[in-house]
Amino acid sequence: MDKKTNPTDQARRRFFGQVAAVASLTVAPGIILQQVAHARAPELPASDRQRWGILINTNKCAEGCDACVTACQDEFGWGPDSPNEKHSAPNQKAQWIRKVKLTDKQTGHVQTLPLMCQHCEHPPCVDVCPTGASMKRADGIVLVDKHICIGCRYCMMACPYKARSFVHEELHDQKVNAPRGKGTVEACTLCVQRVDAGRQPACVEACPEQAMIFGDLKDPESAISRELRERGGEQIRADLGLNTGIRYQGL
Amino acid sequence: MTFGQLSRQCLMVAGLFLALPAIADDTGPLAGVPKPRAKANPEFGCVRPEEDMRKHHMQYLLHHRDETLRQGIRTKQFSLAECVNCHITPKPDGQYARFGEKEHFCSSCHTYAAVHIDCFECHRDTPDPEKIQESAMHNPHAGLKLTRKDVAPLSATVGEAR
Ligand code: HEC
Ligand code: HEC
Ligand code: HEC
Repeated sequence: MDKKTNPTDQARRRFFGQVAAVASLTVAPGIILQQVAHARAPELPASDRQRWGILINTNKCAEGCDACVTACQDEFGWGPDSPNEKHSAPNQKAQWIRKVKLTDKQTGHVQTLPLMCQHCEHPPCVDVCPTGASMKRADGIVLVDKHICIGCRYCMMACPYKARSFVHEELHDQKVNAPRGKGTVEACTLCVQRVDAGRQPACVEACPEQAMIFGDLKDPESAISRELRERGGEQIRADLGLNTGIRYQGL
Repeated sequence: MTFGQLSRQCLMVAGLFLALPAIADDTGPLAGVPKPRAKANPEFGCVRPEEDMRKHHMQYLLHHRDETLRQGIRTKQFSLAECVNCHITPKPDGQYARFGEKEHFCSSCHTYAAVHIDCFECHRDTPDPEKIQESAMHNPHAGLKLTRKDVAPLSATVGEAR
């Protein structure tokens, strides 16, 4: 299910990306914005009183829609429009989030869902990192501290979701929010810079179907906790016991 | 003094002699570039007193980057993105000097002192496009160019920083 990096898919994704971009212009997001609690003061560190997560309703996730992927690309500057990454092969290019299509062979039922770093409570990428660059923040966000990443890519091997990428080329004109450079590993950061400012991750904000709920899994009154309590949500590869922060409904 | 420090000092001395002719060549700011603007409060123009920044900016930056990345502390005082937004050098073609060009604020001294930093392999070396208006208004370093006059105080600083 993660063989999604072939050129056909890239082309398809670009096409749908354009469609989705138009769609997300007309559907104004923003109503959900108020759900997130107040931003932490900038001088305060992230705390383990929170654990951030996303609940994704795959029944609402439209086949062919790519709004979450393009929103992520816009936010962090990776993807087909990156002016710098022209030489790496498609399967080498960064992919912080991807759309995955599941077809039930028996019934022909098709489902799609976005797949990114699952922000595990027990992240295998952190276990294997020889420098401590692969890390989990107090509030459960799994990150690469690129300042001490040596580019060995053990974490990429360890990740059961194939969520991490490696930058193969020299980059220029990066987004201010998203320092990225050759020789280091990167992945979804749950939009840590937005979360720290009390905002929603870009993908959640962009979803035209509002199929994604972002929030604090430790706060029983948050929208995500209530929804999980009432209607449940599954982990991908729950058998691994990683206790992921990203949950799915309708799998 | 470790061998590394010793050899770095030797490099700096070497750099001094190499850099002198290049610096002496510069005659005033580039044409069409706005004059350097003083900050509203000249006594506290930078995020810390200037002489302190000259000596200790690397410690502040390295400390702040770990705090931000690993703990999520996002104060602006020692943010690298903010240094780059404020310390900008516009060029006549409307672009901004890039790291590696000697007009770039973070290249100017480092080239001179033979210090190598890798920060701008990942971090953007030109101001945030969304903040250009704002930064240009406050930019103290627009058109910064080293002249012979700057060399004496600069080498004094480098000596002191040891
Ligand atoms: C609000 C604008 C502003 C910001 C942000 C800022 N500076 Fe400055 N900086 C100044 C001003 C003004 C001066 C003094 C005037 C001059 O040198 O032209 C200065 C001076 C300096 C100097 C001494 C330069 C010399 O001529 O010897 C250093 C070094 C320095 N800054 C580094 C930094 C670093 C590193 C950061 C980021 C942590 C930073 N500055 C952020 C405005 C700023
Ligand atoms: C391999 C890529 C990479 C390199 C090289 C790198 N950084 Fe970073 N840096 C990052 C990333 C990623 C972040 C996290 C950005 C965020 O979460 O907003 C960051 C954040 C920071 C921050 C906090 C955010 C800000 O703008 O203040 C500072 C300070 C910082 N880095 C300083 C440095 C310094 C100084 C160097 C050079 C010695 C450096 N970095 C080199 C990738 C890099
Ligand atoms: C006034 C001259 C000057 C300016 C301007 C300046 N630096 Fe430096 N910087 C130095 C000197 C000198 C050293 C070496 C100090 C030492 O080795 O102890 C240094 C060292 C550093 C280091 C540590 C390098 C290492 O490997 O130890 C970093 C990081 C750094 N500077 C970042 C910056 C950034 C970012 C800017 C632009 C915002 C900047 N500097 C502007 C003079 C300057």
